[in-house]
Amino acid sequence: MQDFAQSFVLAGTLVLDADPALVQIVGLSLRVTATALLVSALIGLPLGAVLAIARFPGRGILVVLSNALMGLPPVVVGLCVYMMLSNAGPFGVLKLLYTPTAMIIAQSILITPIIIALTRQVIADLNEDYADTFRSMVVPVHTAIATLLWDARFSLMTVLLAGFGRAIAEVGAVMIVGGNINHVTRVMTTAIALETSKGELALALALGMVLLLIALAVNATASLLKSVEGRFAHA
Amino acid sequence: MPSVVSFPAAHEEALRHKHASPMALRVRHLAYQAGPTPILSGIDLDLTTDALTVLMGPNGAGKSVFLRLIHGLLQPTVGEITWDGQTLTKAIRKQQALVFQKPTLLRRSVRANLQFALGLRSLANRKERLEQALEEASLTDLASRPARVLSGGEQQRLALARALILEPKVLLLDEPTTNLDPASVLMIEQIVRRVRRQGVKVILVTHDQHQAKRLGEEVVFLHKGHVSEHTPATDFFSNPKSDAARAYLGGEILV
Repeated sequence: MQDFAQSFVLAGTLVLDADPALVQIVGLSLRVTATALLVSALIGLPLGAVLAIARFPGRGILVVLSNALMGLPPVVVGLCVYMMLSNAGPFGVLKLLYTPTAMIIAQSILITPIIIALTRQVIADLNEDYADTFRSMVVPVHTAIATLLWDARFSLMTVLLAGFGRAIAEVGAVMIVGGNINHVTRVMTTAIALETSKGELALALALGMVLLLIALAVNATASLLKSVEGRFAHA
Repeated sequence: MPSVVSFPAAHEEALRHKHASPMALRVRHLAYQAGPTPILSGIDLDLTTDALTVLMGPNGAGKSVFLRLIHGLLQPTVGEITWDGQTLTKAIRKQQALVFQKPTLLRRSVRANLQFALGLRSLANRKERLEQALEEASLTDLASRPARVLSGGEQQRLALARALILEPKVLLLDEPTTNLDPASVLMIEQIVRRVRRQGVKVILVTHDQHQAKRLGEEVVFLHKGHVSEHTPATDFFSNPKSDAARAYLGGEILV
């Protein structure tokens, strides 16, 4: 029990002192996840919007697929990306395995279906309201998509935050494709797993605290956006 | 309450010139079925450009469906709809505007709602058009307000302004004053009268007999998916021909 308390005190000290090792790990985690989120947003937002308003053969299958892939197991994603990027895989020549880029790819694959599926739902709900007006005014599809994405921006920020939360808290995929190499690919979740297995609870706890703080900040931001949306949209 | 703006004769004359050739509607053998339920059937109708047409009839008569069909929002099960002899292409639909009973406004400011409409067409003098539309709808003071916090009457005026900013040749109004207070009704009717004077073909769906008398030049009475009567408004109200119209005007409940 004393060890446990000591670990907490030590962890607090590491956080308050901005321990360089801790800062590096947190920085890399944020960089990797933010980039993965950007990639997923660029793919997922327009795709989700298209799935929401366009009608084409195979759309139903894509909707079911994007919903189903929301529950992708991270280790399976990690394994697939590993196989693609390993020397024997089709993209082995790019030498991306055990780099932050590999981790970004894995996280992007993991959260893009989440962004697509949630965006589709948000945009479909808004389009139910707008569709007749758009058709009556003969609004081109690309204008309709841009309008819906802009008018649903606050809800979509919440969608992106959900994706961010899922990516930054994920350990299986980044462990497999990143390799948890110190100063290169070690992120918060993989470091926590490693330090815990080594019995170094202080750093693990410190990272855990930061991770919790980030989760708290993400949720607080999502709540704030919801209230802002209420003031702006008055839907 | 903002006052209703009146317009100088020269301004109206200039606008009339812009709408010099509104479109005439021709409907033949029109039927529409929603699933197994027939909504409209056997409709033959010619609406000329020189009258404000009021569509009346009890609930479920098919008035709103008819409006959506002639605007191309619904496809007829059978039959033909033409405007000036042309089928409902996008080009034809761009010359029409429909204002719904419950206006759908973008989650943006009043001004941004009008800017959105302007952005859809290649029109000159956008800034002037925008300011004029705000003024004509008595919304200048509310231009920066989020559209969805406006009162019902203000929202409907904005929807009307948004429809009119694109200078349609045909204005379709689906019960635009339902649930509005008398002052808001008056303002909207004044806008409709002005638009009519400018030569725009107006087709108005309403349940309000007083409004139909005030605005209507001809009446199309729908009952159970059929046209029961198509006649000048004065004749319709003084001497309705069909039993259904007589019962409706007499305040009886039609089923």
